[in-house]
Amino acid sequence: MNNSAINTARLLWAGLRALLVLTLVTGVVYPLVVTGIAQGLFNDKANGSEIKADGKVVGSSLIGQAYNLPLKKGQETPEPDLKWFQGRPQNGLGTNSVNTQYKLILSGATNRSGDNADLIEWVKDAKAAVIKDNSVAGYTVKPSDVPADAVTSSGSGLDPDISPRYAQIQVHRIADKNGLPVAEVDKLVKDHTEGRTLGFMGEPRVNVLELNIALKELIKGN
Amino acid sequence: MGPVLAGVLQLLALIGALALCYIPLGNYMAKVYTSDKHWRVEKWIYKGIGANPDTEMRWPAYLRGVLAFSAVGVLFLYLLQRIQGSLPGSLGFKAIDPDQAFNTAASFVTNTNWQSYYGEQAMGHVVQTAGLAVQNFVSAAVGIAVAVALVRGFARSRTGELGNFWSDLVRGTIRILVPGAVIAAVVLVACGAIQNFSGIHEVGQFFNGHSMGGSQQWNGGAVASQEAIKELGTNGGGYFNANSAHPFENPTPFTNLFEIFLLLVIPFALTRTFGILVGSVKQGYAILATMATIWLGFTALMMWTEFAHHGPAFQIAGGAMEGKETRFGVGGSSIFAVATTLTSTGAVDSFHSSFTGLGGGITMLSMMLGEIAPGGTGSGLYGILIMAIIAVFIAGLMVGRTPEYLGKKIGTREIKLAACYILITPALVLIFTAFAMALPTPANSMTNSGAHGFGEILYAYTSAANNNGSAFAGLNADTQWFNSTLGLAMLLGRFLPMVFVLALAGSLAEQKPVPVTAGTLRTEKPLFTGLLVGAILIITGLTYFPALALGPLAEGLAS
Repeated sequence: MNNSAINTARLLWAGLRALLVLTLVTGVVYPLVVTGIAQGLFNDKANGSEIKADGKVVGSSLIGQAYNLPLKKGQETPEPDLKWFQGRPQNGLGTNSVNTQYKLILSGATNRSGDNADLIEWVKDAKAAVIKDNSVAGYTVKPSDVPADAVTSSGSGLDPDISPRYAQIQVHRIADKNGLPVAEVDKLVKDHTEGRTLGFMGEPRVNVLELNIALKELIKGN
Repeated sequence: MGPVLAGVLQLLALIGALALCYIPLGNYMAKVYTSDKHWRVEKWIYKGIGANPDTEMRWPAYLRGVLAFSAVGVLFLYLLQRIQGSLPGSLGFKAIDPDQAFNTAASFVTNTNWQSYYGEQAMGHVVQTAGLAVQNFVSAAVGIAVAVALVRGFARSRTGELGNFWSDLVRGTIRILVPGAVIAAVVLVACGAIQNFSGIHEVGQFFNGHSMGGSQQWNGGAVASQEAIKELGTNGGGYFNANSAHPFENPTPFTNLFEIFLLLVIPFALTRTFGILVGSVKQGYAILATMATIWLGFTALMMWTEFAHHGPAFQIAGGAMEGKETRFGVGGSSIFAVATTLTSTGAVDSFHSSFTGLGGGITMLSMMLGEIAPGGTGSGLYGILIMAIIAVFIAGLMVGRTPEYLGKKIGTREIKLAACYILITPALVLIFTAFAMALPTPANSMTNSGAHGFGEILYAYTSAANNNGSAFAGLNADTQWFNSTLGLAMLLGRFLPMVFVLALAGSLAEQKPVPVTAGTLRTEKPLFTGLLVGAILIITGLTYFPALALGPLAEGLAS
């Protein structure tokens, strides 16, 4: 072997040793220390902010869920159960994979552009459905009432929130389907509307799972 | 308050937070790379490596260190993925295929973090924490090391010595990135990011279609620890496929701003470190002003186009909310998108493919600038210093004087190296894109058609060669063609520029300083900042205009 080959080997050996030592620090000690602190101080949050109803875990306050009717024969996408507040459409990963609507096991967006024919169709259909589903006797939803989040999919496919406007236009439907007074459902939405953090961070929102848990309580009480 | 005003206030809060950290962090980092003392833990590490941290290296030795460490990194990460099936804590995931394992190894070692796999469906605990997250730290530390070596080239005279690579690598990791990441990770967990090792497990759900109750599958993992360094080291590889749009990675509007802060803080503060090391903090301010001008300008443009929501689907919907999370809205998503593409991060809190045509174009142009405003950890600083050399060269041509920068003559050799640096990335982007478009099969990977379909491929190579890592993610990049060519583009786009930077550093360090005279271009003045901004925009614009015109400009102007 000549000198340069020996030097290269020596250098690579140093590189490997550096990598192994730094792996120990940043790949073993670091995540374990952070996990220790996290589990010790923020146990609930570190494990996914689980949320309970009637003493049972019903999900995470950070992750959206689907509120659909069971699949009928021949159906590919289930219909929404209109008794419950509905979240945003989640058209998932499109052609690259199966549509994993609100399934935590695979997150993702549609990645469709603004001029994509599929997306235009989805938005049109969603808008028509939102108008139809939420218009009940004595209350008609106008196209201009429908906010953008009601007809578009989120980035994660797991968006836990909807805009207060989208919650608002669902109030009459929810009252109607569950035989509740509109004013009580309206109050429920108002109570669950979260403003911007410190008044300016993010957007006002309503957590759909928390809202539906409260709705369930309301139904039980009436 | 309207969403536009809220967006502007979030931007102002971000500026405030970055300004508060600028001086203390910049000073601290300057101390890290000049101090004579070694921490005890560092001494152990040097013993483990078998390297003397006090040996000065000339540029070829420094470069060999960078290349050897990175080559070993690629190989190690490749093998770790290939044997995943037999590793403990792999959650039942199998070995990654060779082409994808190569792509991912190249991606994380080059600080790109392009991902052709679905995080939650491919990588177990060991690969995520001991493989991917480790490169999140060390690739960032390598970037800062090379930047510091270049700065030493300016600061030192009549020597070829640029410092010790092992020492710079270890100090960057131990003294800057690890403490920063620990703090950041704890903040993220406190806000709701998860940090556990429970893997895939069943959790109750509210309503399963038939009745109340039922269960759903969750992915547990060391998410917060990875998220923290993913942003702080401008890496960007998400634990989950949805990256920072996933509520377990980025749970609240506050964490969204905090993550943007993390990915900007080191690149901006390094201009202070630079100023201190070259003996004039004003020189650092001039570079900072250049970066900030571009960053704020691009953010304003992005907010304008996203709030205006042109594009048929967005017009019908009444807003550009496709691919965006309710809690962040258009404002928070726009700020994130610009910050992540102007740095070499590539994390996303919203999906760029579903931005407006012009918005998507801004994310591409941000990367095409060469990741310099403020750029990646370290790579942003050396990238913009190369542009500064080009700018003084242009100014020198105008007045017919030999250009100088920071007391060093910019001669033929220096200009050749700087020119090679700025040519290599565009060459990679445009040549690979041309081949992908000319060949019959790569286009099958497109999700969208027309200008946006072309945009998916242009975006992919722009992202890879500039080491960004974000995507127009409709592109199915898990094919042998894309895995191998994008992997190659990442490696060449990372290490060839480093060769030119270190060679340049070596030749600058050997020079004797030129005294400042009345004829010297004052590079700490606003005039120079203006010249530099102009040079950056014109050079990038001229290089990429035809490609941009076929993709995002065509899409944006048609809607």
